[in-house]
Amino acid sequence: MENLLVILIAAMFVNNIVLTKFLGLCPFIGVSRKLSTAAGMAGAVVFVMTLATIVTWLLQKYVLVPYHLEYLQTIVFILVIAALVQMVEIILKKVSPSLYQALGIYLPLITTNCAILGVALLAVQNTEFGLLETTFFAIGNGLGFGLALVVFSSIREKLDLNDVPAAMEGVPIAFVVAAILSLAFMGFAGLA
Amino acid sequence: MASKVKSTLVSMTLTLLIVTVVSAGILAVINQLTKEPIKEADLKKQKLALKQVLPDFDNNPIKESDTIPSDIQGDAYKLVVFPAIKDGKLVGVAIKTFTTKGFGGRFDVMVGFLPDGTIYNSIVLNYQETPGLGDKIDPEKSDFSKQFAGKNPATFKLKVKKDGGDVDAITAATISSRAYCDALQRAYNAFKKLDLKKYQNN
Amino acid sequence: MAEEKKNRLDIFLKGFIKENPTFVMLLGLCPTLGTTTSAINGMGMGLATAFVLTMSNLVISLAAPYIPDKVRIPSYIVIIASFVTMVDMTMHAYAPELYKALGIFIPLIVVNCIILGRAEAFASKNGPWDSILDGLGVGLGFTMSLTILGAVREILGSGKVFGLNLHIYHGDGILVFILAPGAFLVLAYLIAIGQRIKKRIYGE
Repeated sequence: MENLLVILIAAMFVNNIVLTKFLGLCPFIGVSRKLSTAAGMAGAVVFVMTLATIVTWLLQKYVLVPYHLEYLQTIVFILVIAALVQMVEIILKKVSPSLYQALGIYLPLITTNCAILGVALLAVQNTEFGLLETTFFAIGNGLGFGLALVVFSSIREKLDLNDVPAAMEGVPIAFVVAAILSLAFMGFAGLA
Repeated sequence: MASKVKSTLVSMTLTLLIVTVVSAGILAVINQLTKEPIKEADLKKQKLALKQVLPDFDNNPIKESDTIPSDIQGDAYKLVVFPAIKDGKLVGVAIKTFTTKGFGGRFDVMVGFLPDGTIYNSIVLNYQETPGLGDKIDPEKSDFSKQFAGKNPATFKLKVKKDGGDVDAITAATISSRAYCDALQRAYNAFKKLDLKKYQNN
Repeated sequence: MAEEKKNRLDIFLKGFIKENPTFVMLLGLCPTLGTTTSAINGMGMGLATAFVLTMSNLVISLAAPYIPDKVRIPSYIVIIASFVTMVDMTMHAYAPELYKALGIFIPLIVVNCIILGRAEAFASKNGPWDSILDGLGVGLGFTMSLTILGAVREILGSGKVFGLNLHIYHGDGILVFILAPGAFLVLAYLIAIGQRIKKRIYGE
């Protein structure tokens, strides 16, 4: 149990997927202007990420490796993710149409979210992880993404009301914020 | 140039099937073509490492290598023993060891021992230590790993000076330094248990 | 004929400044930060992406008329993923050092929004030659951005560029630029500069 918790915390803080591994940046910059959208996006990502990582891990272990099909990994993984996102879209439309509207185009864009494919790939590269560890790893990374997204959007909400030098307005200042956040997260290094 | 084909269930399934099968087929061919070069490339690093950590040899240590268990259970944690033979005599044994205590996680080290247990040389094989700090375990980045050459772990304590040992740690990279010592110690522990006569087959 | 020629040149050139994927369009950010720890890594990544972009643009441009609308995204993804796997295997076999340095970002080319974006926006609607030019232009523009970013980070962070020591530091250089925070910082300023340049050349 303790090991699983360490995996979760490490994935969420120490090796934060956005701020240390640079994955999941496109939605990061695009979605993070409003806190509520960011939170919704974060939830969707955690769900898809966890499910996708579990499915791809199982496929890798019981299909790709035994049949020497490792070279099909990229194709198989990305198709699984695309299918899952479609599924989430359909479910969300039925269950929470308002969230579906709010997320808009960003929902199908989860497919190209490098964080999801990235975490799935990282999970199978780790030879020490069993299914349970992989699940916690995925949840941790998803939460880490959500955390970064939510913190970022709150800062940006405040930034929009401040005076920023003209050249730095918009994206550049957002990245400076990301730089500082990343620096802060480096402080977690001793945790795990 | 929007699609000329209508989206029916049949056309959709057929298209996806064709695209996937053709792609998989092409990739299978390329996979076959690149299999050997990939194996070669992966082996090259190992061959180079062996050359650097062992005295001259004229056998093929990789062909004659042996896998042995380490203190941690599991296939991923086995050590590999490479005997080096010159003119029929065993001149050294290299062990591919590992540590899980690196700052960036696990890394592997190839260490070469002389038959009496003295370390000839060592080199880190793959690592994700911090650039500019922990990556100094790489002999291309600093002389840290050179201090182990010529030392015998029976008398040279494989711990950093801070922990009461004889090793000079890398400034500001104690964790990486400790991990390196951990890898070497693991290899030495395994080395001591080896029956060297087994490799002196001729 | 001259009109068409100029059009072709424009298709190719726009990827460099007017619609530079990194500094203007802000696409493909993940590999941009993750692989630019040095100029050569940035360049390698850029070229690999450029190859996939150009080839998939070509194939998708040829195949688009025959792919039913509703399955076009998954089909494009499979085509792109195939080229990515090709690059992955070839690099592993013939450029193992670069392969190791770029690591997980090679398979991640498949989710680089630039590639799917160009496929949707251009390749599926234009002829094969134009699609090749578009892919090459954007791809090389991307390569240029990554190389610049990589060079800046390498120079500031280690005093070297392309592995050659410039001897501007007594010791090791300002480490943070090779680490995550530095990446964000350098990108922030390069985007600001890039947008300034674009404004100067093309107006608002």
